[in-house]
Amino acid sequence: MGVTPVTLGEGADLDGFRRAVRRLIAEARPPDAVVWQTDGTPSLFDGNRGEAGADAPPISLPRAAADLIRLVVCHRDPERYALLYACVWRLLHGEGALLDIASDPLVARLALMEKSVRRDLHKMHAFLRFRRVTDDEDERYVAWFEPEHDILEETADFFVDRFRRMTWSILTPTGSLHWDRETLTVGPPGEKSALPATGAVEAGWSTYYASTFNPARANPSAMLREMPKKYWANMPETNLIPDLLRAAGSRVETLMSNAPAPSRKKDPAKAVARMREDHVRTLADLNAVIAAAEPFVTGGTRAVLGEGPLKPSLAFVGEQPGDQEDVQGRPFVGPAGQILARAMAEAGIDRDACYLTNAVKHFKFEPRGKRRLHKSPTAGEVRHYRWWLDKELDLVAPKLIVALGATAVQALTGKALPIIKTRGPFDFNGRAGFVTVHPSYLLRVPDEAAKREAYAAFVEDLAAAAALARNPTARSA
Amino acid sequence: MEILDKLAVLADAAKYDASCASSGAPKRKAAADGLGSTTGAGICHAYTPDGRCVSLLKILLTNYCLFDCAYCINRRSSNVPRARFTVDEVVALTLGFYKRNMIEGLFLSSGIVRSADHTMEQLMRVAKTLRREHGFAGYIHLKTIPEASPWLIEQAGLWADRLSINLELPTAAGLSRLAPEKSDTTIREAMGHMHARITEARAERRRFSPAGQSTQVIVGADAATDTDILTASDGLYRRFKLNRVYYSAFSPIDHASGLLPPKPPPLAREHRLYQADWLLRHYAFSVDEIASTSADNMLDLDIDPKLAWALKNRGAFPIDVNTAPKEMLLRVPGLGARAVDKIVAARRHTTLRAADVARLTVSFRRAAPFLITLDHRPGALTDRADLRARVAPPKQLSLL
Ligand code: SF4
Repeated sequence: MGVTPVTLGEGADLDGFRRAVRRLIAEARPPDAVVWQTDGTPSLFDGNRGEAGADAPPISLPRAAADLIRLVVCHRDPERYALLYACVWRLLHGEGALLDIASDPLVARLALMEKSVRRDLHKMHAFLRFRRVTDDEDERYVAWFEPEHDILEETADFFVDRFRRMTWSILTPTGSLHWDRETLTVGPPGEKSALPATGAVEAGWSTYYASTFNPARANPSAMLREMPKKYWANMPETNLIPDLLRAAGSRVETLMSNAPAPSRKKDPAKAVARMREDHVRTLADLNAVIAAAEPFVTGGTRAVLGEGPLKPSLAFVGEQPGDQEDVQGRPFVGPAGQILARAMAEAGIDRDACYLTNAVKHFKFEPRGKRRLHKSPTAGEVRHYRWWLDKELDLVAPKLIVALGATAVQALTGKALPIIKTRGPFDFNGRAGFVTVHPSYLLRVPDEAAKREAYAAFVEDLAAAAALARNPTARSA
Repeated sequence: MEILDKLAVLADAAKYDASCASSGAPKRKAAADGLGSTTGAGICHAYTPDGRCVSLLKILLTNYCLFDCAYCINRRSSNVPRARFTVDEVVALTLGFYKRNMIEGLFLSSGIVRSADHTMEQLMRVAKTLRREHGFAGYIHLKTIPEASPWLIEQAGLWADRLSINLELPTAAGLSRLAPEKSDTTIREAMGHMHARITEARAERRRFSPAGQSTQVIVGADAATDTDILTASDGLYRRFKLNRVYYSAFSPIDHASGLLPPKPPPLAREHRLYQADWLLRHYAFSVDEIASTSADNMLDLDIDPKLAWALKNRGAFPIDVNTAPKEMLLRVPGLGARAVDKIVAARRHTTLRAADVARLTVSFRRAAPFLITLDHRPGALTDRADLRARVAPPKQLSLL
């Protein structure tokens, strides 16, 4: 059997190589019976050359091999295809674990090539600089870069993912990429002269670059190791380097010889002390913070704040606002709130004399068609809101806190406790409290008799809580 | 003041913070009308002549500060020029640089002005504006003020990829001497809260500082030894699962406080601390093991801590590349974690010779005295008195 010549496009002709490999494997050509050459046609334009082999059966290779091939074909070493084919051949002929043996000379060589391509990609991601072409709303940007290997197409995803809403072009000596916010086009080589002039942002960048350099740590060789001179041409800031280095020595000498400066400012001990106290001090301040803050749960169009007088004898803490509460911006105005109001009246509690609030300040829901389905907050979400609840209760200072349901108990104690067992008087980390069910539970009890019973127990609880608030020492009675 | 003048002042003021990396964020792509992505690994977009990378726009919101920390150029008693950015200015700078591919994102810190809450709120608002109004999906690192209200930190965690609280000095004594207004207890409590929030958010798949928390420790501003520093770091890694502790050799600053030593520590010290820290996090070394190789609890400046440990524990070597457990291979000078992984994978299929190992590491010469391969035995070499001289790099010309 003679030698089989395979001709691929110039650059990284991944498709051509794939097709060729299928055919060669189907025809059982060993690596030393193949000669790989490129014919000067840029592969960038022609995904369909080398038709032969297009219908040969695909071969399956380990994932790691596919990644290796994709990257190594970008390498400019003319031997790349021969080396890759030798590797594929061995993988398919009894050495399926070949890529695990990093010490194998062929694998080691390919790994070095892959590393070199990866480094080139990384440097292109890092050192490419866009310049702005148009100033109108429709921003357009252009960059010029000279990669070491044929990585232009391999790099496209990175730039698309990152600069998706910009229109841009990347020009290189071997081809170009153009993104119009929807499609990516591969084009002919570009010219560096097509690059627009630098502008105010580049000037700002130079300012930044110079200011962030610490002359006391000058270390040009470390810089050069990571940013070799061949990349400097793309980067406007690099022409500052010689001056920065030249001046570094004298800048440091001045620093070191400057005697410690006595303070010109008087000691603002009072300002510092005041600062420490400067947390929110009124309920209005706290409410302003809550109202301005982002919901920590999904849903919630606005924060529903607590309501009622300061220093009440009772404060009620519910779970979270519901649909009605979210619409009206007030706590306990929905169906559960109405039950609560009725029960309070029956227990002899003046609703207007109580403070009403929720553990979670936003309505958490999932849209289901036109409806908004209530979703219980997670323990973590409850804890997010705890800082506010804690502060709120500090400021409101009720005689007794009635926790309505499990979420409220969790917010007040930090622990998940069973309501039925905890029901009754309770100490919330030093605050006098009482645990009972959430009124919405009463809505859900299915059979009428049980519902009446649950409601009566709820009224009884409220009356007991009110009595406890009036006479805290009666707790044990 | 012109924005460029502010930039000069507020970048200069931020350059002493070593936490510049953009790594650790979950991979993200820009939405259709958004801008920016994160790669997980972080990208350095330039290197300054001090050899450090520029990955993020690292600036202060303001360098006015109520506090008077001796090591800090921004302390209230320093006579440096002052400036402050508005929220919108920082946002505009970040977007302008980002669109030109100059940065991976923003690292924003601030002096403490007016109050801790006021300052923290401004920081948070920058991040919120970038994310909410500009669909910015690049990296954001916010420095948090430990004294700030917890709910502000909660909000910050919604927008930032990483939050950090600087410890600055490894011991409570050092802190109270050099940073009179700061409190070691407050700082550590804040770190504890942060840790709890991060853990919880991960468990519930909620967004809160997904790239975790980090801190910075200043080296050489007080009498703390390397062992003190590593003990502090080790504690932070264990208790609060910090992602990184950054070490920043105290740098001469203009108008230095009289409380500081007149000279900065050698930069090599910072470098050795990073190496030792690496051994703690990735090579299962303990602080005690590292400390046992040091004199007066200071790391050897001439050789790296792993080599120092191996020279001190020659009895444990040489080990056989083809049979030694992975944990021991990791302790061989010159073999990095990646080389060790490759060795472990390869030896399942083949028996390694010296030339094979040499293909897997660039520093086989350093590893050789500690290794046995199919065709290589160091023999008496491991015990030679001049081994240190033979394996130590001739002279540390430039570090970092
Ligand atoms: S708090 Fe201390 S370290 Fe931070 S900016 Fe102010 S003086 Fe500097």
